[in-house]
Amino acid sequence: MTNGSEVQKIAVAGLCKSFGNKRVLDGVEIHCTSGESLVIIGGSGTGKSVLVKCILGLLHPEAGSIRVDGAETVGLRHAARERFLQKFGMLFQGGALFDSLAVWENVAFGLMQGRGVERQAAKQIALAKLAAVGLGPEVSLLRPAELSGGMQKRVALARAIAAEPEVIFFDEPTTGLDPIMADIINNLIVKCVREVGATAVSITHDLVSARKIADRIAMLHRGRIIWCGPTAEIDHSGNPVVDQFISGRAEGPIKMEIRAG
Amino acid sequence: MLKFLAAIGAVFLTFLARTGRLVLFAGLSLATAFTPPFYIRLILREMVNIGYFSLPVVGLTAIFTGMVLALQSYTGFSRFAAEGAVATVVVLSVTRELGPVITGLMVAGRVGAAMAAEIGTMRVTDQIDALTTLSTDPLRYLVLPRLLAGLITLPMLVLVADIIGVFGGYLVGVYRLGFNPDVYLNRTHQYLETNDVVSGLVKAAVFGFIVALMGCYHGYYSRGGAQGVGQATTYAVVSASVLILVSNYLLTAAFFGR
Repeated sequence: MTNGSEVQKIAVAGLCKSFGNKRVLDGVEIHCTSGESLVIIGGSGTGKSVLVKCILGLLHPEAGSIRVDGAETVGLRHAARERFLQKFGMLFQGGALFDSLAVWENVAFGLMQGRGVERQAAKQIALAKLAAVGLGPEVSLLRPAELSGGMQKRVALARAIAAEPEVIFFDEPTTGLDPIMADIINNLIVKCVREVGATAVSITHDLVSARKIADRIAMLHRGRIIWCGPTAEIDHSGNPVVDQFISGRAEGPIKMEIRAG
Repeated sequence: MLKFLAAIGAVFLTFLARTGRLVLFAGLSLATAFTPPFYIRLILREMVNIGYFSLPVVGLTAIFTGMVLALQSYTGFSRFAAEGAVATVVVLSVTRELGPVITGLMVAGRVGAAMAAEIGTMRVTDQIDALTTLSTDPLRYLVLPRLLAGLITLPMLVLVADIIGVFGGYLVGVYRLGFNPDVYLNRTHQYLETNDVVSGLVKAAVFGFIVALMGCYHGYYSRGGAQGVGQATTYAVVSASVLILVSNYLLTAAFFGR
């Protein structure tokens, strides 16, 4: 738990979310402090993305509390939610770049539509952010479909940091990338988060990535956080589920589910 | 017996729930029209997409519809020695019924399907969630411009279809059936009233709204990857077509029913 001097940027308590009869989140308790990089690990289909979508308000939980900077966010509507979302940036698993827009328009979208920044000024910021993730201006006029998977992730990262949000979520940032590109993305995440001074919440099952970008790691299993601690301590968690997950053994308490959540 | 009744009840409840969700979807989308930001450029882009790019297919359909109508009505009316009514029947049928309905159905196939596919793909690739996280209301940004564009553009498209359809009837009447051109044109506008054209345009506006609403709604709630998007496209076209035919009857009854 945090001590009294730490500011809890995000605090989730008793969060429950079901789809039909399947309870995906079953009383999740987790928090992260301002400027911290928290990584949530867990097997496929354990509800990591659902947790992040609940925090962002994209899904509505059945029970529980989500506080950001001390303010309750569950149940926020319309304009209040739009204002609240301006604190966040999000890198989606598949990039979720808008096919119909050029790369720079993708990066500048949140600035122009969400914050009313003038088009030319937004373009200059977009070019600067693209440069920060190692992409030159020649890429800015291309369409997302013309980019490789790694480049799309970089553009998505540039979009996530474009408005310099207070909190950035990374959903499986290295999935589908080769190890070298994955390492490049990891380095960019660390660099960009530090430069922006943001709080980072990442979800992944890539332990190499988790060890590289996390200050603290939490493991989600069967709808609950079963372990949470500093990155250096994950190898000595004393939790058999965590041990099986980080060692990647087929045998152990984790049984793979056949059906997706 | 109880199981049978339960099944009927479940179907009825599902129908009510879906109707409620559709009405809520339309209402929430239209409500965004009254507060800024306004995406005028997106509305214009959708108008070009729905109107301009549908012109070839609507034009072709309209001209052949008018031509067939002239041929068929000539065949029928000649049995009663009433061939002179062909021009009047063509213009009234095209402006009141065939222009709006044929255009609505063609646009449902071309534009409604494309809307469902585009928005559905955005849904399953998280692009709609991305819009939300970028503080942009997807209903305002994606749905409202399409609804307004459908509402505004279909009447224009139907006006063009009316003209082309009547012209198709004229071509067959004059060059195939041997009508005097002046007499044919005279008969065409002699019995045509403003209400005939206006009712067709009102129908067109309703059909345009239905096509856009069905395309957006089914796309917005699609799920399950490529198969889900394909299903959304099918539902969009089928539901829009059925609703066009049903609402056509209701509007006709409202305009001309006694």
